[in-house]
Amino acid sequence: MSAEFWITQAFNGISYGALLFLLASGLSLIFGVMRIVNLAHGSYFMLGGYVGLSVVWRTGSFLAALVASAVAIALIGIGMERLFLRRLPGQTLGQVLMTVGFALMFQDVALLVWGGDPYTIPVPAALQGIVTAGTLRFPAYRIFIIFVAVLVGAGLWVVLDRTRVGAMIRAAVDDREMAQGVGIHVPVVSLGVFALGAALAALGGVIGGGFLGVYPGADFEVLPYAFVVVIVGGLGSLPGAMVGSLLVGLLDNFGKALFPELSYFTLFAPMALILALRPTGLFGRA
Amino acid sequence: MTNGAPRSSPGPAAASSGLTAPATLDRKVVAGAVVLALAGAVAPVLPAYPLTLLTQAVIVAILAMSLDVLLGYTGLPSLGHAAYFGIAAYTVGILATERQTGLAGCLVAALLLATATAAVFGFLAIRATGTYFLMITLALGMVVWGLAFRWVSMTKGDNGIAGVPRPELGLPWSLAAPLPFFYFALLAAALAWAAMGVLVRSPFGLGLKGIRESESRMRALGYNVWLHKYLAFVISGFFAAFAGVLWAYYNGFVGPVDVQLVTSVETLLMVALGGPGTLAGPALGAAAIVFLKNFVSVYTKRWLLILGAVYIGVILFAPRGVLGAFSREPHSAR
Repeated sequence: MSAEFWITQAFNGISYGALLFLLASGLSLIFGVMRIVNLAHGSYFMLGGYVGLSVVWRTGSFLAALVASAVAIALIGIGMERLFLRRLPGQTLGQVLMTVGFALMFQDVALLVWGGDPYTIPVPAALQGIVTAGTLRFPAYRIFIIFVAVLVGAGLWVVLDRTRVGAMIRAAVDDREMAQGVGIHVPVVSLGVFALGAALAALGGVIGGGFLGVYPGADFEVLPYAFVVVIVGGLGSLPGAMVGSLLVGLLDNFGKALFPELSYFTLFAPMALILALRPTGLFGRA
Repeated sequence: MTNGAPRSSPGPAAASSGLTAPATLDRKVVAGAVVLALAGAVAPVLPAYPLTLLTQAVIVAILAMSLDVLLGYTGLPSLGHAAYFGIAAYTVGILATERQTGLAGCLVAALLLATATAAVFGFLAIRATGTYFLMITLALGMVVWGLAFRWVSMTKGDNGIAGVPRPELGLPWSLAAPLPFFYFALLAAALAWAAMGVLVRSPFGLGLKGIRESESRMRALGYNVWLHKYLAFVISGFFAAFAGVLWAYYNGFVGPVDVQLVTSVETLLMVALGGPGTLAGPALGAAAIVFLKNFVSVYTKRWLLILGAVYIGVILFAPRGVLGAFSREPHSAR
């Protein structure tokens, strides 16, 4: 196998990891603040893709699709958190079953509205080219994904690490009761984080729709990837989500290229190994 | 015992904890036996389709009860329970179609393989608690799904394994006919129910309940909490595999759908609907979901929407399950 193979596969892995970061950072934050295992998170990704698709069809603007789908899915997330999930504090099993119920309903609604055919979101002409470096060829769109993920990652880091709001979120992650005790309005922080997580997943759905496509079943297909990222990185940890996404993107890509029949095994076996050594993930705290 | 030295016996006597009163125990056993006898009695007069559904309900009930051992009695919510069910079903499917292996061979191989998998997975998962346990079992379940889906040379991938023949037992009735197979499944379910019932009422089972209520207290009492949880995990996987064997014969087809996440979650719903920690409740929950799914899908294409609403409704309006609402045992919020 040539160096070219390794570089191309590594690039593909990193760009897929970048997409996973958009999905998993939200899941991780939601978990960190609310301890909710959200099995509808993949549905936000899928619905985001579908909403983006409709907006691109109507307006022809990719940017409008990104904004509209982030806002629409954030609203869905707010509705779910405010009206339903808030009634089940600390009930892990109840939360799981409820979010699965929503995921099934979203799946059916998407089928009803957009039908069962797979679509690809048309991307702007500026992102369609191929960047060549010597004999290597990199699709511009995948470079764009990495760029967006770096931007989102940097933005999240600045907000979480350098602002007052970020300090409130971190306080809520570390100790919910103490945060409440020192005057932080934790329910509002929770709602905001839930909306942000949903919006990020929707962004991932639109951007992923440009190269993976939008199709029924995408929700439950990406969900385990997001979970593996969060498990490997550690629940509620932003650096964990970054490292986890890269690791999972690379493992998945090399696994598929080198051992196609065992590709899921090559993804999940290292995860099991990490868990055996560090039960709370690479960056997680007990 | 006068000097206060720790006892070496594994657990306290059942009577001392007051968790099960003999009177209600007998009543429950009688009620369960009546339900089984009723099912057996109405089966011959049922039309073909309801009989098929009843058979399906009986098999899925074993799966739901097996998860109840883990969820209801030990307090460990597994999101990957379909893995052991599926591994057993695949083992039967592959052996029966490619090697023409009989019932005994298939049963032993399937139970061994699936239980061994549960033993390995349990080793990884039991370290974790709470949400981490959920996530790890989800991911481990996905490993099995991934193999079923992608290991095409072994599992035929998305196409699945079709044409699994019903076993020949050398009896006057062929199990290929619906009614004998129903009785076969009913007998198997009765055996599994009895075995699990004895297990959860044994000192070991009471230990599991104690762990569910307070792990730290059980540890302080000198119980090996890890071993109890690990054994519960493996035993639960064993009975799920037992259901998987029957499922492969019943359906005649094994595919990735049998090991997917939604199957695991549906089993959780059955347990939650029927009432965790009651065995009979999850079995009834399984029957309810099987009939609901099949009847609703006859009348409307939108059955996923309705099933989703059922999930949400169960959690909002019957959080302790239908039987749980009648049981007197206090159940800590989880």
